Amino acid sequence: MKSPVTFRLNGSETAVFVDPGANLLDVLRRGCGDLSPKYGCGQGGCGACTVLIDGEPHVSCLVLAETVAGRSVETTGGLSNGPDLHPLQRAFIEGFAAQCGYCTPGMLMAAKALLDRNPNPTRPEVEEAISGNLCRCTGYEPIVDAILEAAKQRGAA
Amino acid sequence: MLEVQTYPTIGEAAGAMDDQARFLGGGTLIMNRVNYGDPRFNRIVRTTDASLAEIRVEGERLEVGAGVTMAAILASRDLDFLAPAARAVGGPAIRNMASVGGNLMAPHPYGDLAVALLALDAVVRMASGEELGLEDFLARRNGVVRSLLVRRPRGDEFRFRKVSRVKPKGVSVMSMAAHLTRSAGRLSGVRVAYGAMASTPVRVRAVESALEGVSLDHAGIAAALSAATEGLDPPDDPIASGWYRREVAPVHLRRLLLGEDAR
Amino acid sequence: MHAEYRKDLFADERSDDFDVVGKPVIRQDILGHVTGRSKFYDDHAFDGLLHMRCVRSPHHRARIRSVDSSAAERQDGVVRVLGGRDVPVNTNTLLSLINFGRDDEPLLATGKVGYVGQPILAIVATSVRAAQEAVDAVKVDYEELPHVLDVEEALKPEAPIVNDEYPNNTFDYFDTYDHQKLRFGDVETAFSRADHVVEGEYQMSPIEQAPIETCGAIAAPETSDRITVHTSTQALFFSVGVTAKQLDISSARLHFIGGTVGGGFGGKVDSHHEPLAALACLATGKPVKYMWDRAEEMQVGGPRGGERWRIKDGVMRDGRIIARAFTGFFDAGAYTRLSSYAVQKSTGHLPGPYSIPNVASNVYCVFTNRTPSTAMRGFGITAVDFAIERHMDKVARVVGMDPIELRILNAYRDGDMKAHRREAKNCALIESCQAVAHKAGWRLSADAARASSKTGGGEGASGVIPETVTDDEGRIGERRRSGLAPEPFSGQGTRGLLPEGHSSNNSSAFGNAPQREDMEAEIERLGFKGGPGAPPTPRGPVDEAASGARPTVPGETSRPAGAGGGPTLPAAYAQRPAGTVDQSIAQPPAQEPAAAEVESDSATTHFQRGVRRPGVSRFISGSRRR
Repeated sequence: MKSPVTFRLNGSETAVFVDPGANLLDVLRRGCGDLSPKYGCGQGGCGACTVLIDGEPHVSCLVLAETVAGRSVETTGGLSNGPDLHPLQRAFIEGFAAQCGYCTPGMLMAAKALLDRNPNPTRPEVEEAISGNLCRCTGYEPIVDAILEAAKQRGAA
Repeated sequence: MLEVQTYPTIGEAAGAMDDQARFLGGGTLIMNRVNYGDPRFNRIVRTTDASLAEIRVEGERLEVGAGVTMAAILASRDLDFLAPAARAVGGPAIRNMASVGGNLMAPHPYGDLAVALLALDAVVRMASGEELGLEDFLARRNGVVRSLLVRRPRGDEFRFRKVSRVKPKGVSVMSMAAHLTRSAGRLSGVRVAYGAMASTPVRVRAVESALEGVSLDHAGIAAALSAATEGLDPPDDPIASGWYRREVAPVHLRRLLLGEDAR
Repeated sequence: MHAEYRKDLFADERSDDFDVVGKPVIRQDILGHVTGRSKFYDDHAFDGLLHMRCVRSPHHRARIRSVDSSAAERQDGVVRVLGGRDVPVNTNTLLSLINFGRDDEPLLATGKVGYVGQPILAIVATSVRAAQEAVDAVKVDYEELPHVLDVEEALKPEAPIVNDEYPNNTFDYFDTYDHQKLRFGDVETAFSRADHVVEGEYQMSPIEQAPIETCGAIAAPETSDRITVHTSTQALFFSVGVTAKQLDISSARLHFIGGTVGGGFGGKVDSHHEPLAALACLATGKPVKYMWDRAEEMQVGGPRGGERWRIKDGVMRDGRIIARAFTGFFDAGAYTRLSSYAVQKSTGHLPGPYSIPNVASNVYCVFTNRTPSTAMRGFGITAVDFAIERHMDKVARVVGMDPIELRILNAYRDGDMKAHRREAKNCALIESCQAVAHKAGWRLSADAARASSKTGGGEGASGVIPETVTDDEGRIGERRRSGLAPEPFSGQGTRGLLPEGHSSNNSSAFGNAPQREDMEAEIERLGFKGGPGAPPTPRGPVDEAASGARPTVPGETSRPAGAGGGPTLPAAYAQRPAGTVDQSIAQPPAQEPAAAEVESDSATTHFQRGVRRPGVSRFISGSRRR
């Protein structure tokens, strides 16, 4: 009863068989071996599983996996270009924007969606962009700072 | 075992529904239930019907497809009056997924957009083509929705307010919407709706009638504020107790009606 | 400034050039976090991974008349249904690993349930959905029983018994009392001469830790007949010990991998996932994952327990607090877990950072039919600190005093004797208050602005243990039989009097008698070395320590300096009768080996001696094999 789904994952053509009703998070993690999106709630409430579908953020735990057929999915696992980190990743490292690290992949994807659309966001725009992503350790200040810093660095580059 | 059935048109999808099936729109409600193994259904029905994502002008009314997302509302110039309510739903990821049709079905304390649509006297067009008022639809909440029909309010007649403990994204303590139509400088035919104050979004008729013929100022709305929760029994939930909701409702109603900023 | 740091441990690995303070430091694990490659427990792939879901009680308290899982067992994908009888050692208490408390909590309930969400069966299936469908197909026949959800209701004679192991609904302290006592001085006499008696009641709700990663574990068979367990635990060795105990296997067969925790905040110490996952792994020979969903995390995960505190202060007109009595209730929920310890931790914290000559407290670890509570950031301290500081404000209002000045007046100063019979050191409340006042633009009186933690401490009575009134009320069972009030000195029990200076200790290096023989501290293992040529004591600034003198405090002249010639123990550990000249800091106990012997003691010997000590759990040793 599995059905085949073909989509682009971090730029690579990917084909996977999915169970009926399977969510995209499970398919990415178990079917494709991309463990970067995390399970936090299965309800769309925490944002730990945030991925980009055709450039827009989605909570992958609530995406019926077969609906991504033919679309492009981006995860934190594909954010860096080999050893070259994305400016967001560098800013998170330097700004102590992660503690336990569990919310980080989802935060990065939400932030990337923002910067791709709005390269020079204001602080309230950053707060709005990550408003669906919960962090329970670090607090949001260093995360917001890091996203603003990444925008600055990217503008300078 | 779960089964997923995908149909090319909304009509065919509607025809496949029964009590063991759930219609999947944006996924934010149904996939949550799937993930938690809800035993009440074993079939997911969905459609690839592109018309569901359309926003069309139909005479004096706008037709908003049931599959239009909150993000699409925010991007639409025609629907700018709904933007405050659409922005109140979830974070950006949820808004990319959550649909107008789903919002009508959202269980307490969700469904902020439906509160706005209720105050605007929206009409629900079912997959069958049948039309019924949103209030009637909310009373039975079944069937597959094709679209919503809503008239654009004039000037600053429409007000929406969501009260939550966390900003910018938080679950509703309550949401409130008012369509403040006037006649000869006085309020007339006003519609007021609340969310998270009952099991579904509701109109508040006691407030509506207390606003009939009054002027929109502190003195004029005093009677409406005292009637703010008349006939309501707000629910207790982890966000707020019913008692709390009842206590603070008049304050938020005043802010809504007079367009005051929350501090 | 170049300071010399304690070098008796890890001498080769520690350098003195500490230079990181004030500089940003890149976390060593952050590259994995930002690339999504950090391995949390669920970030491991296994072929044929099985999933576990639990049948849970919908009732606060009920008898289980029968469980029928036959339909569930026949369902597609179901591999195994586990119940309490399948667990070799089903009943455990977390702190049994350090011999504290009795085993009181089943891994899977049999016979009765004590809280909503308590697991009864664990179902292992090929998918989460199949496991959940099987859970839904299990029929449990419950006889619902009366329950109690409030700590003080639970103390009443008619309250239902929550936990059969503790039929009085309170944890047993020292096999004697239904509460943890603290007695210091004579609060009753002090209340009677106080100008004001100020009372208050404060409480804190349970708080869920809510880590973003839910609790869980994956147990997988290894080719070496071991079981690998990937776990979210914050307490890897608790989890190993508990799993070895409950499965009755050697810990040598358990290969636990953890340390990368997706947020814990205390909520990941309870060690329930690992034994269940490992048990299912043993039963099926397959890798098994037991992971809570968010609803379970919120409902079943042990929260910070609720607490209720009553404080009664005797206060003089000038703001001096001369007596303080506490009655505290910790809501343990249905089972002990760490609440018994939280009570002791809070008692050690009383009466807050204030020098109060008469203190008494009764603190109860109470069983109710709520979710068992557990650790969370400062548990045992947070709520009572909230209570104390709210109460200080109330006292300030009653005596008409500035609340910050009231705190400065009563604050511990270095050298003051604390209610639990240790000397206050490195005090900084006064300086903290002054800094806060300064930053807030709050004007302090000249006296308060001049005050210092380094002066005036230990003067007169504040430096000694006072004559102390004792009592024996609240013996186990007494309260429920007679409806005794929980407040200290509320009953008619036998009173006693401990002489001034009495620290209830004649044998321990720690100043208090050990609860049990095997809990006697082994001085040499703590790094305090005696004898000529011993390294300087690690406490205090190096120049004073090296001279052998007890650090002296400006303005403190009533205290003699310790004798020179090889001090070995921190002064606070020594018994120092009041009014007598402290001839020497306590000498090491006779059995303490000379330093040279300690040096020759290999780590192995230490370990073996540790596990052979009487009363220590056999499961820690790793010597048992199955």
